[in-house]
Amino acid sequence: MSVTVYIPTPFRRLTGNQVYVQAEGSTVAEVLYNLSNQYPTLRHMIFDESDEVPGHINIYVNNQEINSLNGKETPLEDGDEVAVIPAIAGGQVLTEDQVNRYSRHIIMPQVGSLGQRKLMAAKVLVIGAGGLGSPSALYLTLAGVGTIGIVDFDVVDMSNLQRQILHRNDDVGRPKTQSAKETLLSYNPNVNVVIHDGPLTSENAMEVISQYDIVINGADNFTTRYLVNDACYFAGKPLVDGSVLLFDGQATVFFPGKGCYRCLFPSPPPPGLVPSCAEAGVLGALPAVIGSIQAIEALKLILEIGESLASRLLLVDALSMEFRMVKLRRDPKCPLCGDDPTIRELIDYEGFCGAPFPGQDGG
Amino acid sequence: MVIEVRVTANIQTLVGGQRSVRGEGSTVSELLDDLDSHYPGFKALLITDGQLHRFVNIYLNDEDIRFLDKLDTPLKEGDTLSILPALAGGAASRTG
Repeated sequence: MSVTVYIPTPFRRLTGNQVYVQAEGSTVAEVLYNLSNQYPTLRHMIFDESDEVPGHINIYVNNQEINSLNGKETPLEDGDEVAVIPAIAGGQVLTEDQVNRYSRHIIMPQVGSLGQRKLMAAKVLVIGAGGLGSPSALYLTLAGVGTIGIVDFDVVDMSNLQRQILHRNDDVGRPKTQSAKETLLSYNPNVNVVIHDGPLTSENAMEVISQYDIVINGADNFTTRYLVNDACYFAGKPLVDGSVLLFDGQATVFFPGKGCYRCLFPSPPPPGLVPSCAEAGVLGALPAVIGSIQAIEALKLILEIGESLASRLLLVDALSMEFRMVKLRRDPKCPLCGDDPTIRELIDYEGFCGAPFPGQDGG
Repeated sequence: MVIEVRVTANIQTLVGGQRSVRGEGSTVSELLDDLDSHYPGFKALLITDGQLHRFVNIYLNDEDIRFLDKLDTPLKEGDTLSILPALAGGAASRTG
C-alpha cells in the first residue's frame, strides 16, 4: 500500500525538493526502508549505523508520534501520512512563543504541531491586495503561513477603505503592496511577506507563480483572472479562486488537470458588459466572507485536511444569505486543460479579453 | 410547468430587482422564451444566435446545462434554474 511521506525542509534537497513523496509499506519500518531505497542519500538521515532511527528523528503517523503508537511496527493504511521530523533542525521546532501564538491551532488534532510546521513552511501567493486579498492574506498571516506573496500594482484610494482591511486612512496614496506588508507584519512579525509591486503579465507570471505552493486569486478583472488561471495550470499550482460583485460571491478551487476557470467560463464577457465593483459596487463585508473562505481553502490544502472546494462552485447570495453549491467539471473541450488543448503557453490576454491589464493603460 | 429562476444581483435590474423570477416551459429554451416575453431583453443577455454566451452559465439545480442537453435540457416540476454570469470583482480596479 502507498502512503504519503512529509519531508521537512532540511531533508528536501535529498528528495528532489519534493515536500511530499509516496512510499510503499504496511508498517512504518517498511515505509522507511522503501523510502531509503528510493532516496539513498536520505537513508543516512533516517537510519543510524545499526539501522535504527536515530533519537533526534521523530516519526509521525497522521500527526501522532509513533512512540505513542506501536513504534516502528505501527501499521499503515492507504492514504495515511507519515512525517519524518528532525527534533532540532534550525528553527523547524516551534518556539515557546510560537506554541503560545498558535495554541488554538496546535490543540486541534487535525493541525497539531506538525500541521503548524507545515503552515510555517508553506508559501502562498495572493493576487491583489484588495477586497478579497486583504482578508485572505490577513488570515494566512495570523495562521503563521511562512511566506505570503502579494501582487498588486495599485495605490490605496480612499474608496478602497470601505472593504480593503489591509489599508487604513493614512495609507491613501501609498502602494498597496507596501501598506499590505506593513499591516500584515504588524499582526504577525514571524511571517515573511514578499511583495511583487507591479502588474502580473504574461512575461512575469510564470516566474512569480513558480515560487509558491498555492495561489489565491483576488483579481478584479478578467484579463488577470485568465492569466492567473493559465499560469497556475502550466506551473501545476492549485488555484483558490474567488470573486464578488454587488451582493453575490463565488469561490472554488482549481487543481491542475481537474477543471479550470476556462472550463467554468470559456471566455470573458465583452468589455463593459459585466461591470466591475468600481462601476457597480459591492457590499463591503461580502469580500471578507469570500476572502476568508479562500484563506480556509488554502489552509486546508496546506494541512491536507477536509474536502476542498475542487469540482464545486460555492455561490453566496448575501441578500437572501443563501449559500449554494453547484458542480464544476473539467470540460474535455477546454482549450487549456481539455483533451485536445490549443493553449500551450501564456497568450496575449489583453487581446483575448479585449481589454488592457488595468493600470497599464494609464487609466 | 412553472420553474423558479434565480438571477445574480447584476442582472436583477432587468427583472425589477427580484432575486428570482418564475417562468413556464418544458425545456430551458422555452423557459427563457417565456421570461423574455415578460422581461424583454432577458434572452439577449444570455444567448446570441441560439448559443448560450460563453461567459454565462445556467445551472439546472446543481448541474451546468452545458453538460446536459444545453438549451434543450428538459425541465420538470420543482426544478430550479440558476443563471450565473462570470464575475471578476476582487481587488478594486482603477476608476480613472
